[in-house]
Amino acid sequence: MTTPRLTARQVVRRRRRDSAARNWADFRGHKSGVIGLGILIFFVVAALGAPVWADASGLKVTEATGGVLESPSFEFLLGTDDNGRSVLTLLIWGARLSLFVGLLATAISMVIGTLVGVASGHFKGWAGSVLFRLTEWFLVIPFLPLAIVLASVLGASLFNIALVIGITSWPGTALLIRAQTLSIEERPFLERARALGAGHWHQMTRHVLPNVMPMVFANTTLTVAIAILTETTLSFLGLGDPLRVSWGSMLDDAFSSGAITTGAWWFLIPPGVCVILVVLSFTLIGRALEEIFNPRLRERG
Amino acid sequence: MTLLQIRDLEVVYRTASGPLPAVRGVNLEVAAGQSIGLAGESGCGKSTVASTILRLQPASAELRGQVLVEGEDVLTMRWAPLRTLRWAGASMVFQGALHSLNPVRRVGRQIAEPIRLHEPSVSAGDAAKRVDEVLEQVGLPRSRARAYPHQLSGGQRQRVMIAMALACRPRLVIADEPTTALDVMVQAQVLKQLTDLVHDLGIGMLLISHDLSVLGSTCDRVAVMYAGRVVEEGAAAQVFADPRHPYSAALARAFPRIGDPLARFGPSGLPGDPPDPRDLPTGCSFHPRCPVVLSSCPQIDPPHVPAGPGRTAACLRVGDEEREPG
Amino acid sequence: MSVATSNPLLEARGLAVRFHAGGRFPVRAVDGVELAIGKGEIVALVGESGCGKTTLARTLLGLERPSDGSVVFDGAPLSYRSRDLRRYRRRVQLILQDPTGALNPRQTVYESVAEGLRIHRTVARKQRAGVDTTEGELVAEALAKAGLRPPGNFFMSYAHELSGGQRQRVVIAGALALEPELLVADEPVSSLDASIRGEILALLLRLRDDLGLTVLVVTHDLGLAWNIADRIAVMYLGRIVEVGTTEQVLQGPQHPYTQALLSVVPEIEEVEPVVLVGETPDPSLIPNGCRFHPRCQALAAGVAAEAGVADSCVGEPLVVLASTGGHRAACWLCLDNGA
Repeated sequence: MTTPRLTARQVVRRRRRDSAARNWADFRGHKSGVIGLGILIFFVVAALGAPVWADASGLKVTEATGGVLESPSFEFLLGTDDNGRSVLTLLIWGARLSLFVGLLATAISMVIGTLVGVASGHFKGWAGSVLFRLTEWFLVIPFLPLAIVLASVLGASLFNIALVIGITSWPGTALLIRAQTLSIEERPFLERARALGAGHWHQMTRHVLPNVMPMVFANTTLTVAIAILTETTLSFLGLGDPLRVSWGSMLDDAFSSGAITTGAWWFLIPPGVCVILVVLSFTLIGRALEEIFNPRLRERG
Repeated sequence: MTLLQIRDLEVVYRTASGPLPAVRGVNLEVAAGQSIGLAGESGCGKSTVASTILRLQPASAELRGQVLVEGEDVLTMRWAPLRTLRWAGASMVFQGALHSLNPVRRVGRQIAEPIRLHEPSVSAGDAAKRVDEVLEQVGLPRSRARAYPHQLSGGQRQRVMIAMALACRPRLVIADEPTTALDVMVQAQVLKQLTDLVHDLGIGMLLISHDLSVLGSTCDRVAVMYAGRVVEEGAAAQVFADPRHPYSAALARAFPRIGDPLARFGPSGLPGDPPDPRDLPTGCSFHPRCPVVLSSCPQIDPPHVPAGPGRTAACLRVGDEEREPG
Repeated sequence: MSVATSNPLLEARGLAVRFHAGGRFPVRAVDGVELAIGKGEIVALVGESGCGKTTLARTLLGLERPSDGSVVFDGAPLSYRSRDLRRYRRRVQLILQDPTGALNPRQTVYESVAEGLRIHRTVARKQRAGVDTTEGELVAEALAKAGLRPPGNFFMSYAHELSGGQRQRVVIAGALALEPELLVADEPVSSLDASIRGEILALLLRLRDDLGLTVLVVTHDLGLAWNIADRIAVMYLGRIVEVGTTEQVLQGPQHPYTQALLSVVPEIEEVEPVVLVGETPDPSLIPNGCRFHPRCQALAAGVAAEAGVADSCVGEPLVVLASTGGHRAACWLCLDNGA
């Protein structure tokens, strides 16, 4: 009876690394997912490197050097906006905000959704029912009126927008996770854990959560896509932070400054296209992930 | 009249990790009014043999040998005669009745389905009458035709599966583990039903199970399979009571006779596990687990030798006592 | 059998478990059971599906709360407070039927076996008691006791990489790691290949012989009981209908249900099989009088009438069999004969 040369934790870590490598290899096989990832990386790099290739001073209205709604030229690759700022600069800085808010909102949504989903699936009796009813209640609240109300009450800031999106989108996640939890609760290894003496916390964190995580992961990417779209919508409606530039606020400005009638397509189309591309990239990645994780579940199940 | 003749059947599946030889040379015969048992555990190839009779293998599988149903080779049959064969000539009772029935259709409709497929000229009323007929044959009341699968108990569902197999009045019925998930009493009822049907209707039956005692008491003859080959064959009662191949002996001992003093506090099993068909041992595929292995067993793949009147076994030990009666 | 009567390790006293499943009547899964299991005994709880044996086993484990009666372990009735139940789990463990489902597919063998140790903080507990040991050593010990040698080879495997028999051994090791006094095994070999059943059953016998483990085996397989059980309790529709030593019950059955069950076990012997008609009735609609009387072959053949108890069979309910007192059956015919 010898104890292993590696400790158990090292072995587990190595196994996890191997499994991650396998998943990556699978993912590479999904062309659509790889394309999505490529697009996403492009935007993330662009956003992170914003201070490098787009001068921050280009955002200040007072320091605008261009004319109003100038068409694209050598100096301003995508023309200027109604304040004379370079549209390209705005676009790049807008990417930061859209991605940041999208990711923050998703984080809030996933945390609340997972907690409520697992708890409502695991606890029988009134606790589970109450959480379930809460989820359903939040689900039926019409999103836009709630977002408008919350935005006006909380004030327009980056964080608040993320909060609003998070609060209105967690029920979808919670329901999905709850359904998955319910099916895992039926599996014999949960009964075995109970027979071994596991309490609720142990059952939920050691057994339910790890088995629910793949689905959570795949769902997260799709949630980000929706969050970014939502932020764009809110900003477009003027509920975003008025001091910051996002793709949605650009669209709002474009409309209100009459870009359509004046034919200033360089102001109107690029932000829209960017939103579409980013949302598309997350969707493609999310679908590829779902495909990867599902056959795994089938194999083990 | 010989209904089924399987000659030198070989089945190799093509899998992502290479070829998988599921069946490596099997010979079997079933006559009308006879029930033949096929015994073995997971991975021995018995279910593959069963599904090959109706040519239910995936297109990628390689099939060699002959499977003659009433003289016609199923493996080389064209599509039209094969369709006629399926269910009207030979039918199958699948394992795991709950998953083989469509949960959202009434049971009577499902039994009638093969009838309508094979005999489109049969009117709805006549089909319903035939459904009642087969339900009676399996001992279920007519009212059960209107039930959904989840409303029936395990034993009843299994009998519905048998009724479905009889719907088109086949000459040959293949029953794959028909009683494995059932209680002892329900198992007895289902087995009794099957044996009565064989006698009353004169059909031929191939009964597959891992429980040698079930086959020993229900079938006329039994063939024991291991790692894709038949290792012993003979009259069912004899093979069960006096097995010649060490594997058959282990299978027989797994379900002990109540009252046998040797089995009292003496459960006996085999070490190791049934072999992976992709990685078979050399020589006799049973030798790593054999309790009476000889030094020559890993080198020689034993041929079938007579092991008594009307019996054969594929074991080097049996060759020595060729003429000795059981 | 004095083993059971003197100092039973686990007892069911007047136990009843009812479920309210929405129908008009509650499901009486366990309808009055007295059972005593002595230390070092292997008792088989035998019956068909729907007879309540699994519910009884789960109630004895504390996974289900009884509607009536009590579970008594080592002289003390079970307390359902979470701390007390947790302590109980260290002494009584469970082996489930399907080893594949019983293991979390995302856990290694090591983690599955160590789970119980971690929940109960066994390593810290042992160290406080002066025993210097590590989790790895305890896991290796449990795996070795369950027959997986050398244990180190199995630490890093996942459930799907092992065979059915090996998986069942891992489940057993997980239970043994807590060093329980009693093991409840629910159909321990029914989903395993025939040729390896004997190995797992032999393991259970060895655990009893070497470690003094008491085992309650829940099964529908009479042959299994013949292989390893000291005593048998036969259940039908929530009640124990016959109890005694294995030899007594299987070779001299008194209750017509036991007799019918034995007669249909596939045999080559010339016993006329009594194939009962119909199926076990719904546990929410238990027949009046003797619950077996609608299917009883003795009643149908007139044997009961001859003995003059036919009316009782149909109308008079039987008393719950006591947990002590040798070979008994809950049948008017047997009581009448003073057996």
